[in-house]
Amino acid sequence: MHELAITESVVASVRDRLGDARVLAVTLEIGRLSGVVADSVRFCFDLCTEGTPLQGARLDIVDVPGGAYCRGCRSDVELVDLIPLCPCGSADLDITSGQELMIRQVEVA
Amino acid sequence: MCATCGCDEDSRSTVTDLDSGRVVTRPGPGHAPDHSHGHDHDHDHEADHGHGAAGPARTATRVVTLEQSVLAKNDLLAGRNRDWLAARFILALNVMSSPGSGKTTLLERTVRDLRAEVPVSVVEGDQETLLDAERIRATGCRVVQINTGSGCHLDAEMLGRGLATLDPPVGSLVLIENVGNLVCPALFDLGERARVVVMSVTEGDDKPLKYPHMFRSAQLMVINKVDLAPHVDFDPDRCAGHARTVNPGLEVLSVSATRGDGLDAWYAWLRGHLAARRP
Ligand SMILES: [Zn+2]
Repeated sequence: MHELAITESVVASVRDRLGDARVLAVTLEIGRLSGVVADSVRFCFDLCTEGTPLQGARLDIVDVPGGAYCRGCRSDVELVDLIPLCPCGSADLDITSGQELMIRQVEVA
Repeated sequence: MCATCGCDEDSRSTVTDLDSGRVVTRPGPGHAPDHSHGHDHDHDHEADHGHGAAGPARTATRVVTLEQSVLAKNDLLAGRNRDWLAARFILALNVMSSPGSGKTTLLERTVRDLRAEVPVSVVEGDQETLLDAERIRATGCRVVQINTGSGCHLDAEMLGRGLATLDPPVGSLVLIENVGNLVCPALFDLGERARVVVMSVTEGDDKPLKYPHMFRSAQLMVINKVDLAPHVDFDPDRCAGHARTVNPGLEVLSVSATRGDGLDAWYAWLRGHLAARRP
């Protein structure tokens, strides 16, 4: 399960930036096309933060819908699943959102 | 076992040099650099440090904006690997598949057929065993094994260590056999020049639709075991169509690593990338 590695990486990145400051909340941005399941990250978060300055911190996840520009019909479309396909039938898409996997901010004491 | 992070001996990745038998261990990915395994974690913090809504009023907290990619650290290390490889004119390919695709057989055959024209070495990723690495080594090829323990993918730090142990010659070809898994390896850049996803006709031809990240992240899909195609319900054209739905630029080749069908096209693809590695 790569969400464990992803969550460990979140904790390590926060500690790299903030040292031993007590962290009260972490805001993550997880796009729907990122390949990372938000619920799995929630599940791993308590495990990965135990005994660290992030222990007990609130995890806020910002869900980013998938979006693309279709070169076929020249319009912006929403991608509701992982398969990039425009309602017009074209697969010639530039993905414009939904691939985010980002630590936005942390709240420290 | 460490209660902090769940790490134990099994979850540390190791690099094994199949020639010398030397084993290098490191903690699993994502540990903070100062995460010691002495385990004197401080657990006597105040019991009422009230972070929830129910907590007592307290001094103002501070919001620190990071706007940092979760994979930033891996991507940084992957960039270092890529620079290291480019400086040595080495072509490194990240070869991925689900278990049972015949990927190791394809690599064995490739080593045997190409080593007269280019030095080839292999980085073998596997969760537990050395079996695949030993198969590769039986070809006489230089190979290091990375055992990822509980980790389901290689990451850039593991590859960096693997390359340091492997020490591949200038101008050579390095084939990286990733852990058999079509989900997790897709997210982790290793610093490779290109990604190859191998699948076999014994898998469903809708696999590209089930694992779109993997197929979207690859440059080439190799459909293996085409010698078995008459015996299974697998339509290579439909599979290629599905794969191009998620990745319109994907190249597709059909081969049989055991019987030899299509290998000329696979070697031509490799030679094209080998030619491009020089300045
Ligand atoms: Zn369209």
